[in-house]
Order: sequence, then structure tokens, then C-alpha cells
Amino acid sequence: MWKYTLKRLIQGIITVWFIATATFLAMHNVPGDPLSGQRATNAAIRANLEAKYGLDKPLTEQYFIYIGNLLQGDFGISFTQQNRQVNDIIREHFPVSATLGILAVIFAALGGVLWGALTALYRNRLPDTIIMFLVILGISVPSFVFAALGQLTLVNLNALFGISLLPVAGWGTVSHMLLPALVLGMGTMAYLTRLMRSSMLEIIHSDYVRTAKAKGLPAARIFTRHQLRNAILPVITVLGPAIAAITTGGFVVELVFAIPGLGRYFVQAVQQLDYTVIMGTTVFYGAFLVFMVIVVDLLYGWIDPRVRLQ
Amino acid sequence: MTTPVSHSQILNSADFAPITQRADVHAISRPSQSYWQDAWARLKKNRRAIVSLWLIVGLLAFALLGPWLWQIDPARQDIDQISQAPGADRSATIVAPYAPWDGTVAAEFAGGSGLRLAMAANSQAVRLHWDAVPGAAGFRLYRNIFAADDEMAFGLPIADFPTPAAGYYEDRLDLRPDTYYYTLAVQAADGTLTANYQTLAVPVNRVITLDEVRERELAPAEAALDIGDEVHLALHPLGTDYLGRDMLARLMAGAQVSLFIGIIAPFLYVLLGVAYGATAGFVGGRVDQLLMRFADFVVALPFLLFMILFQVVFGIGPGESGIVPMLIALVVLAWPATARLVRGQILQIRQEAYISASRLLGARSSYLVWRHMIPNTMGVILVTLTFAVPSAIFTEAFLSFIGMGVAPPTASWGSMSNEGLARMLTHPHELIFPSLFISITVLAFNLLGDGLRDALDARMRSFE
Repeated sequence: MWKYTLKRLIQGIITVWFIATATFLAMHNVPGDPLSGQRATNAAIRANLEAKYGLDKPLTEQYFIYIGNLLQGDFGISFTQQNRQVNDIIREHFPVSATLGILAVIFAALGGVLWGALTALYRNRLPDTIIMFLVILGISVPSFVFAALGQLTLVNLNALFGISLLPVAGWGTVSHMLLPALVLGMGTMAYLTRLMRSSMLEIIHSDYVRTAKAKGLPAARIFTRHQLRNAILPVITVLGPAIAAITTGGFVVELVFAIPGLGRYFVQAVQQLDYTVIMGTTVFYGAFLVFMVIVVDLLYGWIDPRVRLQ
Repeated sequence: MTTPVSHSQILNSADFAPITQRADVHAISRPSQSYWQDAWARLKKNRRAIVSLWLIVGLLAFALLGPWLWQIDPARQDIDQISQAPGADRSATIVAPYAPWDGTVAAEFAGGSGLRLAMAANSQAVRLHWDAVPGAAGFRLYRNIFAADDEMAFGLPIADFPTPAAGYYEDRLDLRPDTYYYTLAVQAADGTLTANYQTLAVPVNRVITLDEVRERELAPAEAALDIGDEVHLALHPLGTDYLGRDMLARLMAGAQVSLFIGIIAPFLYVLLGVAYGATAGFVGGRVDQLLMRFADFVVALPFLLFMILFQVVFGIGPGESGIVPMLIALVVLAWPATARLVRGQILQIRQEAYISASRLLGARSSYLVWRHMIPNTMGVILVTLTFAVPSAIFTEAFLSFIGMGVAPPTASWGSMSNEGLARMLTHPHELIFPSLFISITVLAFNLLGDGLRDALDARMRSFE
């Protein structure tokens, strides 16, 4: 187990290095440079500025400076906002995105497991039909439509009751988080429901469930001890990629609900060509996702001993 | 208890006589079916998949044949009809060209008191006049699209009058065929509003001058038109957007962009993935290790972040639509999933006995790949392709929605949804139509993918 963990961690570090290099090379191929515009008025000033920021050095040397800074955890200073470090931006806005993302993942996982198990139990009956219809809807409707519809419904509900049930946009309290998290987790929940359903149906027909029934165990106990615990395993394997999808999918929800998260900041930075913020955010997000996938994989090994043996 | 039956009672020697041999014992009663015929027969039984298939055919026809049937330029602005819902009233009455007004009241509007109309209100001008209010220091005139209720929401202040005398005002500011609520609030001497106000609801009719009719070709050139006649403005079956562009034409243009990216990009990256995965799986050994490790790295890249990053790297210049950069970015980032899948399949097929047999008979590697391996993975590849389409359409819509996709004059369903979102409360059709098209397309491809998976591959058959 320790050897496996170590191996995964080393792989993860190499992957992060790959992400950092790819980001560096990609950003170096962006047409124009940060000094074009009004900052460098003539060639002499331009040369001075280039020397100051190290932009006159050969690409390899710039690359090593960049990697060196990354190793020290320094993402640089924003190009468009005065005196603002990328580290500060991440420190300030990432917790917001992370809170929203975690809430959405919990929501999607719980909902997916619950609905999936329910549809499998009521296979080909009314609850199954209704839930599977909603699932297909959840997979086919883009998140921005859910976000818009959710907001619209909330506005109408608030108007109907004459009080503010939940805030329509913004961030701060738990009540601000509920609807965005629900919208953000919707697509993943639909996907997990489908997965849970097919996994549960497979388990229902397995030998050990039949044996348990033959022994005369109560149905509730078979459900919780035999069926649910085994059917949940495939859901856990896809949880890593699901977290990735949810965190990056947060952009739209953050835009629509005016949440001051890192995703919204990233989109803003891209629109303003804020190079250091783009690079810093990409590397940070990439590292976070790689780390999350490793954690989920290790968790899977801990939950399912069969994986550890391989 | 029954007595046991002896064998001699039920069997006799005649039962052991050989039966006569029939000639047609080995005949095949039905024509044999190939893999694809069998798959097609299975697919045909799946009603949802067939409906989806027809939907997809319909969407393709909408994108390709639609612009040919509905020849309206999607970029053309109809300034008379901005943000029109589908089925809105298009009639307009022809009136004389605008002439300045000196405050005279038309004969049929004479009489009355308070704030009232001086002439028939139309989209050319709303002419109001009012009586003097004793004790007032002045008036302020407001316009709103809702009735001023208890909150005294008067709307937009359009004019101030510093005299308490009777006055008149002509409003020509961006008038649409709608009902406007004009409020005349009385000001106290210090300029503050008093609680004394009068509100007038003015239904505005759409009018058009004869010159405008001729200029916009709303009536046949030879038609004899006179003031007071009614003409119909250009038809927009699905309404118009916030710049007065025809929604139907834009949806068709958007369908071309969205379906182009949604179908061509998966086709290209599945092709790349198949080539890559087949090479890795077939060659095996160190090359396989190296190739798949690289694929692992590409998978680890945060997909949407890098899509956005690539959009920046390619830099969309003026006049470019941004479709090609998105296509390239999708292909560069999305191939590894297919490569992994195909490699796994090839590795599995390599173990099969028929490959060994073929090799034993002297088949070359290229023959093995083309004759055995590719056809045997075709089902998996086709299913992957079908599921890749909705995800590519989603990616395009998502990127265009946050403004990182196609550049503005180009229509795509995602960018149209983005534009519609801002006017969701007042003109919901601008958001509903494009998002409906995205949802239907994604739904159809997903259901078709499910059907294909069930029809093509018994191992992947889902528990339904």
C-alpha cells in the first residue's frame, strides 16, 4: 500500500510538472507580449523593461526561472491589477470555489447513490421511469440553462412568498451556497445515478445476494450490507474525474450566480490577457485535480481490498 | 404408493429402429446475417434509438437545407422588430412622415382634463398635454413599461417643467408597439416631488412611413399604398434577438457551427485516438509503455482550462470566427480516452486464437490490423464516436457561453444562449430556443449512443 501510494505521488508530481511545462509553452506562443500596448513607448524603454522582467533571456533560462519560482510556491504578480500577487488571488478566491465544489460533489454523490439505488429497486416501475427521465434531462441540459432556470425559479418563488427564501446571487452564507451547489452537481448527479443503477442491477442478480435472501436476512439488511456497499464501488472510481468536471464546470455557475470564485477570476484573467494569473491558476487547478484523483484512487484501494492485491 | 413400471411396458423393439435420414438436415433455413445486419436489426427494435436517429437527421437537415429554404441573412438587423417574441403582431399602419409639433390638440382629442393625449399615439411620437395645477412649482414627466403602483415606481424621468402652467410634451424616445405608462409628478418649490401625481396608460400602435415601406421592400413595388393602409413587417417565425436579427436564421447558422464542431472534432480525435491506440496496442512493449504514459499526461491536463488556454494561444483575430482554433484544441486534448480504449481492445484481440491462426497462415501485420483488428474494434469505436458528439457540443456551448468560444458575429447555440441569458426575464425566447436545440441534440446523440452500444456489443450491453 505504501509503495503504491509513493508511486502514485511521484507520478502525480511528474504530471504537475508536465502541466506546468505545457502551460509555459502555450503561454509563450500567445501572439503579442505583455509589454506591447502603452507600456513600452520606444525601443530603449522596451529593452529596459524586458531586461527588468527577464524577458530578454533565452527561452530555456526563462523556463528554469519559472520552474524555480513554482517550486518556491511563487506564481508571480498580476499584470493587470496593481500590486496583487497571484498567490493572494488564489488564496482569496480558491476557498470559495472549493467550498462550492465540495458541496456540489457531496450533493451529486449522495443524490446519485440514493436515486440510482432507488431506480434499481423499483426497476421498470413508475419511480424508475420518472427518475430515469429526469436523469436523461440532467445529462442533456447544459449547466448554464440549469443555472438560469434555477435563478428564475428562485426569483419567482421569492416574489410569490413575498420573502427571500434563498438569495438569488452572491456569496457569504450557507443559504447562498445551496442553489449554486445544486445546479453545479446536477449533471454529475445524473451521470452517477445511471452508473449506480446499472451497478445495482448487476448486484441484485449476484449469487451472494441470493444466498443472503435464502438465509432469510431481512430485506433492509441485504440492501444496506450486501447491495449498497458493493454497488457503490464503481461510483467511487469515477468520483475523481467527477470532482475535476465539477471544479472546472464551476466557471459557469460562478458567472451566473456572481460568486467570487477562482473560476470566474480565471475567465476574467483570460479576457484581460493577464498572463501570470492565467498560468498560475492553470497550474494550481491542474495540481489540485491531479491530487484529488490520487486521493480518490487511494481511497478506493482502502475501501475495496481487491484493488490493493492487484 | 404406485407400483414401479417395468421397462418392457413402455419401450419395445420398434423404438430402437434407426430413423430415416433426411437430406435437408444441414440446410440453413434463414440467410446468414453479418455483424452489421444483426446490429441494424437490433437497433431497429430500439424505438428510442430510431427516434433519436430521425431527430439527428432532422437536425442535420435543419443545419444544411434550412438556410437554403429560409434565405435570410443571420447577421441582418431588422430595427423595427427588436427582441420580438415569435408570433408577435407584425402589422403597421402607414402614416405621413414626421412633422414637428407646436402643441396644438387634434380635434378628436379636445376636452378632458389632467394628463392626456393630444393626438393618436403611435410609434412615431406620443404627444401629451396637461392642465395647470394650482400650487405646483413645476412638473416632472416619467415613462415606464409597468403601471406605477404603491411603490410609486414612475420609471424613466424624461422631462422637467419648471412652471406650474399647462404644458405639452412630445415623446419620441425609442417607442415600441407596447403600452407605456406616463406619469406627471408635481414638484414642490424646492424641487422635491409631492405625493400628487397623475398616470396615463398609452397604448402605442406601430406606424411606418411610405418611404420606409419602399426602402425596406415590405410591399411589392407596384402596389399602390396610401396613408392609413396596413402593411406587414418582415416575418420572423421564431422572433428576433436583441439586435433584431432573425432567430430562425441564426439558429440555422448556429446549428452549422455547433454541429460542425460537434461532429467533425470527435471524428478527427477518435481517428487520431484509434491510430495512436492501435499502434501502441499492436507494437506493444516499450513503445506501448512510452505512448500510453504520454497519453496519461494529456488526460491529466485540466480539460476546460486548457481549452480556454488554447483559445488564447491561437488568438482570434478580427474577422475570424474562432471555429478552427476550437476544433484544433478539442482534437489535441480529447484523443487519449479513445486511444486507451482502442489499445485495450487491440491487446485483448491480440490474444485471440484466430489471430494466431491468421499469423500461422502467413498474414502480414498490416493485414492483421486491417482485416481483423480494426473491424473487430469498429463497434466500440462507433459507440465512442456517438458519445463523443454530445460532449463536444457541450464543450462548444460551454466555451461560447463564457465568451471563450466563437467570436461574436458568428452564431452558435452556446453564444446565442449567452446573449439570451441577459434578457431571460423580459424576452425568454432568446434563451429558450438555443438551449432547447442544444438539449435536443445532446439528448438524441446520447440515446442513439445507448442504442448503438446495446446493438453492437453484447459485452457492453447495459442492464435495462
